[in-house]
Amino acid sequence: MTPLALYTAAGVGLFAVGLWGVVARGHLFWKVLGINVMGGGIFLILLAAPPRLDPAQADPVPQAMVLTGIVVAVAATAVALGMALRVAARTGLPFLEEDAGDPGSGGGADERGRE
Amino acid sequence: MTPVLDWEILPLLVVLSSFVPGVWIMFLQEEQKGLRTTLNMVGAVAKVLLVGLMLQGVGAGAAYEWRLQVLPGLELSLIGDALALLFVTLSAVLWLVTTVYAIGYLEDSPNRTRFFSFFSLCVTATTGLAMAGDLFTFVIFYEALTWATYPLVVHRGTPEAIQAGRLYLIYTLTAGAALVLGAVWFQVEAGTVAFAPGGVLDMAAVEGAPVRYFSLFLVLLAGVSVKAAFFPVHGWLPIAMVAPAPVSALLHAVAVVKAGAFGVTRLLHSLFGIEVAWEMGAAGMVAGLAAFTIIYGSIRALAQDDLKRLLAFSTVSQLSYIALGVAFLTPMAQAGGLVHLVHQGIMKITLFFCAGVLAQTLEVKKVSQMAGVARRLPLTMLAFSVAALGMIGIPPVAGFLSKWYLGVGALDAGAPWVIPVLLASSLLNAAYFLPVIRTAYFDEPDPDRWTDRGHSRRFEADWRLVVPTVITALLALLSGLFGGIPWSPLGWAELIVDRRIL
Amino acid sequence: MILDPVHWTTLAVMGPLLAGLLAMEGRPRAIRLGLVLGMGASVSATAGLWTTVVREGPLRHPLGGWGMPLGIELYADGLSVLMLAMTALVGSAVSLYATAYFGDISQRRVRDSPAGRGARFFAPLWLLLWGSLNGIYLSGDIFNLYVLLEIMGLSAAAMVTLAVTSKATVAGMRYLVISLVGSMFFLLGVALLYTVGGTLSLERLAQLELSGPLPAVALALMTVGMAAKTALFPIHGWLPPAHAAAPAPASAILSALVVKGSFYIMLRLWVHVFGGGAREGLLVLGILGATAVIWGSIMALRQLSLKRLIAYSTVAQLGYLFVMFPLLFPAGGGWSPDAWSGGLYHALSHAVAKAAMFLAAGSMTYAVARDDIRAISGIAHRLPMTFLAFGLGGLSLAGIPPSGGFVAKWLLLRSAVEQGGWGWAVLITVGGLLTLAYVLMVLRYAVDQTEEPPEFRDVPRRMEWAAMGLAIAALLLGIRATETLSLLEAGGIVPWR
Repeated sequence: MTPLALYTAAGVGLFAVGLWGVVARGHLFWKVLGINVMGGGIFLILLAAPPRLDPAQADPVPQAMVLTGIVVAVAATAVALGMALRVAARTGLPFLEEDAGDPGSGGGADERGRE
Repeated sequence: MTPVLDWEILPLLVVLSSFVPGVWIMFLQEEQKGLRTTLNMVGAVAKVLLVGLMLQGVGAGAAYEWRLQVLPGLELSLIGDALALLFVTLSAVLWLVTTVYAIGYLEDSPNRTRFFSFFSLCVTATTGLAMAGDLFTFVIFYEALTWATYPLVVHRGTPEAIQAGRLYLIYTLTAGAALVLGAVWFQVEAGTVAFAPGGVLDMAAVEGAPVRYFSLFLVLLAGVSVKAAFFPVHGWLPIAMVAPAPVSALLHAVAVVKAGAFGVTRLLHSLFGIEVAWEMGAAGMVAGLAAFTIIYGSIRALAQDDLKRLLAFSTVSQLSYIALGVAFLTPMAQAGGLVHLVHQGIMKITLFFCAGVLAQTLEVKKVSQMAGVARRLPLTMLAFSVAALGMIGIPPVAGFLSKWYLGVGALDAGAPWVIPVLLASSLLNAAYFLPVIRTAYFDEPDPDRWTDRGHSRRFEADWRLVVPTVITALLALLSGLFGGIPWSPLGWAELIVDRRIL
Repeated sequence: MILDPVHWTTLAVMGPLLAGLLAMEGRPRAIRLGLVLGMGASVSATAGLWTTVVREGPLRHPLGGWGMPLGIELYADGLSVLMLAMTALVGSAVSLYATAYFGDISQRRVRDSPAGRGARFFAPLWLLLWGSLNGIYLSGDIFNLYVLLEIMGLSAAAMVTLAVTSKATVAGMRYLVISLVGSMFFLLGVALLYTVGGTLSLERLAQLELSGPLPAVALALMTVGMAAKTALFPIHGWLPPAHAAAPAPASAILSALVVKGSFYIMLRLWVHVFGGGAREGLLVLGILGATAVIWGSIMALRQLSLKRLIAYSTVAQLGYLFVMFPLLFPAGGGWSPDAWSGGLYHALSHAVAKAAMFLAAGSMTYAVARDDIRAISGIAHRLPMTFLAFGLGGLSLAGIPPSGGFVAKWLLLRSAVEQGGWGWAVLITVGGLLTLAYVLMVLRYAVDQTEEPPEFRDVPRRMEWAAMGLAIAALLLGIRATETLSLLEAGGIVPWR
């Protein structure tokens, strides 16, 4: 197994583990963490991309993508954690409750807290 | 003779003459009665004048065409030719008289703004589909008609009316969906949706795939036959009679059902072509279906005590005369079918007007309450008798001419079985109309069963109800008496057939 | 010429983003100025690009002169401009509506109330979202698409939580998680495509005519990610709660515009980059779309919450956009221009009509302070114009003529019938009837006069007019479609292969 293939395999593995975390774990912190693990896996695969022009020189494009990706991931994680905290504050639990869908509750904005 | 006016935009103006008042009225307040009435009357009179100009022009050989491309290959097209004008004239004239009638009939009732707004939109849709130059435009106005009539059917807002409206929508919307599917299919098969005299289909192509074309015909027929109230999809018509009398009069004698009958005519003549339709057996099927509906509707009418329901089943029956006539190849039968479009409209609207006068003046809604009513309402019952005798086919009222042309035309076409159908139908017509006339004239009046709302000074009832009734009855009589002159409905129908623009 | 037309692309993306930053400042004047500037930038850039693309065909703009591979290249063709125009039209009406909906933010009392959060943050979030949508439609490379998708997803989820209920918070959070996971699937696809093709440019990827297992896996991954964001059955569950719980202007934006962003990416990938991909894949998308049409409509019929009903209607109507995929590439090979124009015209008319409906529904719930179909009984007499806007929007959705929805339905049906795809034709017809059923259900409650709503608050005229304007636009789309559809042909229909 070449190092590149190893990186790719490890990246796919991380993606799968992260996805499992998002799907199987109910706690919002785990979900956010899972998404970050998925992202880590992808970055690994990107870094393993074969050099394009000069075999001796690493391809700068994936590196730029990973750097940008990390910046995006930081922002997304911050927003997600902030919203998770608010969920915990509003419902008392950091979980996604099942949605009941009863009438009169859908358009919450119109119901209360306006005046 | 030269056309007075040959503007291409004339058909559009005819449509707009009721559309603009309709939309305007929608934004009026309930109290703005004067403005509302003015808008209504100005629109109605303007439409009659515009149609008159177009009639004169077409008679002089002009053609009016207005087009707007919607997307490449599909356009909105309004064409004022002789066939379109037959229907447009009928709706314009009857709209004028019905507007007067409706203003009197709905005096002081709630929601008149909504009523008159949609009333105008209905006529807009009807004139639009009458002048549609292609199936695409026809579909648009045909669907618009459904939406414009629905608020009128449920106008009273009673649970019964809501229920009737619901049924009406289920019937017409399903049919509308079938019509759209059929129209698209037709465009794929024929490469065009434009109406053309003699049809646009190629006989060889149809013979190459008879099953496919017959299915196509069936889908389109399903679309138009609901409004034409063919058996077995006529069920909505008697139930929709919960609407106020002017609605029943204009919509269920003229606009909606005629849209269906006109659609059948367009389908047979302008899309498939009557020769092709006969060859593939489609026209024969329509004729058979129409003949069955004629008898069926009459038999059902026999058993009705409610006057408006009786008239509704009579409509089911009489409408099929149109389809029966235009389904034949011979010019006389076609002229008979076409002219019945007008004749039945005039006669049936008279009958509905009378039913409205009875309901409004005496609160009489059933035949069994009508004993001796002619002494109280002589003019109304005279009009009723004229129209009813015309329906039966007694000369010189208009209905006789239709039946005569139909019968002779069918004989020419080698379909002698039509004669017994016509005879049976006339007998049945007599069997349900004559008892009504008899009880109205000869039975002892029983004023306890009436709730008399009193006379107006000069007339037996509100003049706005009586005058339109008498006018339409006169029209029925005159178009029978003067069927031989060129500008009579029959003369015009013969012109359509002669000019081969069917 | 002083201004090279390519700079319209820059304006379309940067204008709303910068205006959003300005609005973030928070003072009422900054918020209003931001909205005006963002709207002005979007509308003028769209108009400029429209005329340029029609005249000169597709245009490319390497930002700052940095070309591929490291630079960012913007690309605009007819499809991009159509999506931009849709966003500009709906976005402007919603912006107008929002200025009245959230109350007068120059009053401290409104600003400090819990709902004042909406007043404070709606404009910046929406402008950010607007910029990212414009960016997606103008993006020439797949990584850039990823970044903009994330901006779109984050701001959209945050907009849901502008409503202060716990329902909205949970729904927004669920939406965010789905959205982030969807983006991850997309990014994995990007990584694989880059590994195989060595380029990020959509056009160059198309020219490579990729085939084989790895590109197929990449396409599948990206499709799953985008399907989740577009709420394709069966990953639609997050949409109704989120769209229903958001404040009405946000609901309109989410249902009309945001789902179209991810749909657009899917379309670009399948049509332009992969030239139709595999027939089986197209069929799967079509069947899922068909299921969504039926399932979404049935669920809509069962709702008692007005906004939730409309949200389920979105699930159903998005189904048509996927029914378009198998129709685009007929079984015998070739390409169906009718499906292309019909599908995209449906996307456009749905955006306009759905936004009209959500805004009208927002006015109704605003008036009775409850989101319940039974509570709007008799509203047709109180708010006739809003009622009319809702009705016209609903009829356009159901494909009743004259309306944009009717033109779209006609074209899609024609494509289906031409190919002998009777199943699709029947589905489109039945779907229209089901749509009518749930629209009429609402209208019936609205005209019911048997009971008066207990409380009633006057609705600002601006809200009523914004909804009505969109409803009229939906109607006009059905009367003249030539220009819009000819736009789609600018730059060829499948230009890249």
